Amino acid sequence: MPMNANEIETLIKAALPDAQVEIRDLAGDGDHYAANVVSESFRGKSRVQQHQLVYEALKGNMGGALHALALQTRAPD
Amino acid sequence: MSIQDWIKNEVDTNDVVLFMKGTPSFPQCGFSGQVVQILDYVGAPYKGINVLEDDELRQGIKDFSNWPTIPQLYVKGEFVGGCDIIREMFQNKELQGVLSEKGIETNQQTA
Repeated sequence: MPMNANEIETLIKAALPDAQVEIRDLAGDGDHYAANVVSESFRGKSRVQQHQLVYEALKGNMGGALHALALQTRAPD
Repeated sequence: MSIQDWIKNEVDTNDVVLFMKGTPSFPQCGFSGQVVQILDYVGAPYKGINVLEDDELRQGIKDFSNWPTIPQLYVKGEFVGGCDIIREMFQNKELQGVLSEKGIETNQQTA
């Protein structure tokens, strides 16, 4: 089952409460998203570690229910 | 040999390894295809490993890297990232920098 954008945002914010999350539905099919996540918890971490934080927040849905989530992460400027 | 040992051996014995869906000449997923294009463009020699050939490998690489998606790129034993990270690093020339820092010959030596 695909996830909707709100579910994705809710899961990310539950794990990273300060996060600014912007989600775009890339294909309009509810299955291919791009997410832009800005959070203080990313500071000082490598890109791999930043993405892993988001993947952990998604609780195993990434790669399963969420087939395609293009991810961009950064700490606030 | 366990699948984890097999993966570790591949990652340790090849300078650049791409775990992907399909093969470099015939990628079977758009994300894998993008990374192939990037590696071909920078001219880095790499070994492509098709996870679709073996379900144990397909899951095993996710456990190995603690990373839920494929493709996954390893350079000199180190996990560099998946498609989004590789694309971002390529666009800001960081990927080329990492490769040349680690002594991988490409066709775009950074100064």
